[in-house]
Amino acid sequence: MKLLVFTALILTLASPTLACETVTSGEMAIENAWSRATIGANRPAVFYVAITNAGSSDDALIGIATPAASMPMLHQTVVNEGIASMPHAMSIPIAAGQSVQLAPGGYHGMLMGLTEALKVGGNFPMTLTFQNAGDVTINVEVLSIRAEGPDCETDGQ
Amino acid sequence: MRNRRAVILGLGGVAGAIAFTLGLGWWRTRNRSQSGADLLPLPIADMSFSLTDQRGNMVRPEDWIGRPTMVFFGFTWCPDVCPTTLSDISGWLEELGTDADRLNVAMITVDPERDAPEVLGDYLSPFDPRIIGLTGTLDEIERAASGFRARFEKLARDDDYTMNHTAGVFLFRSDGEFASIIDYHEDRRFAVPKIRRAIG
Repeated sequence: MKLLVFTALILTLASPTLACETVTSGEMAIENAWSRATIGANRPAVFYVAITNAGSSDDALIGIATPAASMPMLHQTVVNEGIASMPHAMSIPIAAGQSVQLAPGGYHGMLMGLTEALKVGGNFPMTLTFQNAGDVTINVEVLSIRAEGPDCETDGQ
Repeated sequence: MRNRRAVILGLGGVAGAIAFTLGLGWWRTRNRSQSGADLLPLPIADMSFSLTDQRGNMVRPEDWIGRPTMVFFGFTWCPDVCPTTLSDISGWLEELGTDADRLNVAMITVDPERDAPEVLGDYLSPFDPRIIGLTGTLDEIERAASGFRARFEKLARDDDYTMNHTAGVFLFRSDGEFASIIDYHEDRRFAVPKIRRAIG
C-alpha cells in the first residue's frame, strides 16, 4: 500500500514531457497539447494546444479528429454579461507570424463520444486540419482534471 | 464648420447608440427567463431554496449564516469553464489554508437532470474536499439562481444539450450579506484578497 502511494506520488511529481514537445509541420509549430482526465466516458473531454504560424500567409484551424472520440468539435468559451456559453468555432484563424492558444476559458476542442475514459498519464493522437497547411497529427497528454496546463520547462527563456 | 458637422454627427451617433442600447435592454428584459440579472444577489438570509449535497444532506440558505460563503453555478458535463473554476477555487482554498476551513464553498448545478448527488460527488472528488456540490429539483435550482441573480439556460446541441450559465464566483460575508463577485475572466491575483475581505 505504502509502495503504491509512493509510486503514485512519483508519477504525480514526474514532470509531463509529452505535452511539452513541439511538433513542426511546414510553417506550423504545435506544442502544449494536453487534455484533462475524465470521470467515465460519458462526459465530454477537452483538448488544448498552442499553435504558431511561422509562415508569411494566414492559415486557420478548421477541424480536429481523434480515435479517442467520435465527435470532436472546436468550441470557444465566451463570457458575455457574466454568462458563459460555448459556441462552435467553425474556424480558428492563425494569422501569419502569430500564435493561438487553445486554453482554459477560450478556444478549446470539445471531445464528445469518448471511446473510453481519459486517465492521467495516458495520451491519444489528434489530427489537426488546417486550411492551407493540411493535416498534422500530434500526441495529446492527459493531465489531471485539476491541471491548468502542462508544466513545461522554459529553459531560461 | 467641419468641427460643427463632426459634433452633430457625433451627437447623432451617441443618440443612436443610446437608443440602440435601450432597445436592446428592453428586448433582453422581455426575453429573460430568469429576471433581474443586473441586480445584486440577495443577502443569503433572504434567499429561499432547499438543495441536496453530494452526501445526501439537505442544504438551506439558513445553514450558511454565521460563516462566509463562496458559491458558483456549473454542471458536470462542462469540459472547460467548470473544471477550470473548480481548479482555481481549490488553489485559492489551499492558499488561504486553515482560514478557508471557515468558508461554506458550494457549486450549484444548473443541470439537475444529469447531476444527481453521487454524480456531483464523483466530479468533485479530485478537487478540494471543502467544496460541496448541490443539486435538487429544477424548481429549487431556479429558486436558488434567482436569489443569486444568476442565470442559466438549456440549449439543444448535436442531439444533446448544453447549458449556458453565470460563470462568476459569488462571495458573501458571514452575516450573509453579499460581498463581491470574482468574474470568470478577472485577473486571478485579485481573487484571494477578495475572499479574505469577505472572510473579514
